[in-house]
Amino acid sequence: MRNIWAILLRELKAYFVSPIAYVFTVVFLVVSGFFFFSILQWFNMQCMQFMQYPQYAKELNINEMVMRPLFHNMSVVFLMVIPFLTMRLFSEERRSGTDELLLTSPVTMNQIILGKFLGGISAVLLILLLTGLYPLFAFKYSSPEVGPILSGYIGLLLLAASFIPIGMLCSALTENQIVAAVLTFGVLLIFWVIGWSAESASYSAREIIQYMSITDHLEELTKGVIDTKDIVFYVSFSVFGLFLTKMALESRRWR
Amino acid sequence: MIEVENLSKKYGNNYAVRNLSFSIKKGEILGFLGPNGAGKTTTMRILTCYLPATEGSARVAGFDVFKESLQVRKRIGYLPEHPPLYREMPVTSFLDFVARIKGVPRKRRKERIEYVARRCRLEDVKNRLIQHLSKGYRQRVGLAAALIHDPEILILDEPTIGLDPKQIIEIRELIRELAGEHTVILSTHILPEVTQTCQRILIINEGKVVAEDSFENLSDQLRQAERVSVRVKRDDPAIAERLRAIPGVVKVTAVQAGDGTYAIESSLDVDVREDVARMVVGENWGLLEMRPVRMSMEDIFLKLTTVEEDVASEEKQ
Repeated sequence: MRNIWAILLRELKAYFVSPIAYVFTVVFLVVSGFFFFSILQWFNMQCMQFMQYPQYAKELNINEMVMRPLFHNMSVVFLMVIPFLTMRLFSEERRSGTDELLLTSPVTMNQIILGKFLGGISAVLLILLLTGLYPLFAFKYSSPEVGPILSGYIGLLLLAASFIPIGMLCSALTENQIVAAVLTFGVLLIFWVIGWSAESASYSAREIIQYMSITDHLEELTKGVIDTKDIVFYVSFSVFGLFLTKMALESRRWR
Repeated sequence: MIEVENLSKKYGNNYAVRNLSFSIKKGEILGFLGPNGAGKTTTMRILTCYLPATEGSARVAGFDVFKESLQVRKRIGYLPEHPPLYREMPVTSFLDFVARIKGVPRKRRKERIEYVARRCRLEDVKNRLIQHLSKGYRQRVGLAAALIHDPEILILDEPTIGLDPKQIIEIRELIRELAGEHTVILSTHILPEVTQTCQRILIINEGKVVAEDSFENLSDQLRQAERVSVRVKRDDPAIAERLRAIPGVVKVTAVQAGDGTYAIESSLDVDVREDVARMVVGENWGLLEMRPVRMSMEDIFLKLTTVEEDVASEEKQ
């Protein structure tokens, strides 16, 4: 546990002494801020238009019409930026030879992997906390429900927890950070769009393909429904990614 | 302290290390010599549990490097050829991180960091970022990191590379001081370093041990011929031929043309010095200097790593 904590802290420090964390945070906040602004503006226009029709005005829901699209947009931004957060995790260690320090120290491979994984999660968590500003605005001028917002954040965090191991795996496979980032992006994109092909597939395959899609599982969570099916999906996706990372690192030593 | 038995490591179809066996006693400094690509780094990496061996076994402090690797790693301080440093960290935070992952208890961490910083003369650069340090300082940060958990065994892969002469002397002194309380393996290219620092020498070539002994013994063993250097005042082209005619002399070479210095090699059992002196004086060439020549570390190294067949045949005898 102490070893994991030491590695986690070092990872976090490494993010924040290099420009990566700042660029990552700024890009993420600017892009998601723009989405929040434009969605809110559209919502305002809807409100004005429906003011004369009280029966329609009931249909206007800030959770459904602002926060939910915002979570979806943030998940797309994650897809684009997380590869850059994870690309250095193992490739840089290998290129600079610091893996020799880690692997000859009395720490196990699991501790190294978990430390790095939790370091990445902590960085994402910090950034998600900063986006907490948007719902705060919503609370100031309206009265949204807390539940769906919380479950939406849980969904985003779970999404990040399943993206990061993919990034770690790709980073473990190559010494080149650019290669790691592009590879991660490619793999994540495939899991993202795989659901689109479900419609044309036969019934039995459709179920499986639908289930594989990373985004489909976010659907319910942003609605405010915490379904064990989705949690199980994200957690097992994450654990499997970490397992593959371990295999990749171990096999490299045997070559 | 360290026992290596029939260790082999294959990369693809090539052996980097083949059937290597040696052992090191507690408190000893072992000089690990060999030309580039001889398998030094591979052997050290196996001992430090960074790489698994293909065949054979190695035990460090009684623990198997493969089966009980965590126990081994607790007891080893390793400085690789390129010190593994996180460049974006200040020296003290880096040492603190290393202390944590090496399992130094929290109470002792501060004291250990101060101790190794003092030992490796790092006090002046304590708060600087590692990426702003010179090569010499980085090397010393690496050494400090290897020492931080007070390991029983220190494995140093070319620790004096890239240092200036004063720093080299300091590091060598430090290594000598460390022997006794620590067992040290020191790999190096710099041959005098081995004669100055190490009690025992292990020379490997193409993944195999070619010699293992103290410097004096190696030097004696390898003296296949007695060598005498003679310098005369009145040089004459005929001198070499005349000296060659003395019974027992195998070879005469003019060291520097016109200088009057000749290297005379004779077979081991014959001492030709008396005859040589008599001839030089009798012929009135003007004897200026005459001395026996010992093999230097360079000679031993070259001999062992280039003419391997000779050594092998000598060992059989």
